[in-house]
Amino acid sequence: MSKQLYYQDVNVGDEVSPLVKEPTTTQLVMWAGASGDYNPIHYDKDFAQSRGLSGVIVPGQLIGAFLGQMMTDWMGEGGSLRKLSCSYKGMSYPGEKITCQGKVTRKYVEEGQELVGCKLWAENPKGEKVATGTAIVVLPSRG
Amino acid sequence: MAEGLSGIEKLKGRLGVDWLAREYQIERGMIERFTRAVGDANPRWQEGMVAPPAFILSIGFEHFVDGLMSLAPFKTVLMGNTEIECYQPVGAGDVITVVFKIGSLREREGSMGNMAFMTFDSSYKNQEKKLVAKCRQMIIGY
Repeated sequence: MSKQLYYQDVNVGDEVSPLVKEPTTTQLVMWAGASGDYNPIHYDKDFAQSRGLSGVIVPGQLIGAFLGQMMTDWMGEGGSLRKLSCSYKGMSYPGEKITCQGKVTRKYVEEGQELVGCKLWAENPKGEKVATGTAIVVLPSRG
Repeated sequence: MAEGLSGIEKLKGRLGVDWLAREYQIERGMIERFTRAVGDANPRWQEGMVAPPAFILSIGFEHFVDGLMSLAPFKTVLMGNTEIECYQPVGAGDVITVVFKIGSLREREGSMGNMAFMTFDSSYKNQEKKLVAKCRQMIIGY
């Protein structure tokens, strides 16, 4: 999978390796079963339209899970995700690409742990941000 | 007015109080279903001994929504934001106790009528009573 990322390898301004997803309606149903989120706006088009949406929408928490996957892929097995925050800003529809991206904003040491802060976002094919967020990861040290 | 808003007072009555506490046995199949649904093939999760961080939100979520809707049966709920803080990994074999709290609640007139903006805090402790994660979710009901 991904190689191990070390604290010393990271600089403020570095990009997190992006992750591109293209969720299908089937994936939304799988997510409903796996997450326990049976909200019908994510799989019932008629219901979604009756609630003012143009169709079924990708669950925000699934996009949040994509952002989490981007971070754990990027940092490698020796790192750990300390904090993940996501705000859901717009609608994303099945069959559309979602591009997850991130950038390093901060490096610091706290209680003996070497931490890296990142800002994150997920874009739809129009370049609109459907989610924004932040993450803090603990990385191993080369020393 | 949305049907759920008649339940707003019931929700207000639970502000800041431990709610919907329940224990969940974490099984390997739960983690596999989660990683397949996300499309996360990282070998780190394959044995089920460690779950991806976002898995924590799935623990008890169905019961949480059931509890919320039983008090305030909104026609629609939308997720506004989520925040996860992870302190220890969770994996197959763990027994996780989840407790929810209603952190805040306010109403506002929106495009679909009266809407409720609710913040929920949840804590997750393992079988050793150690705090493994905390989450905060902002949910909009209308």
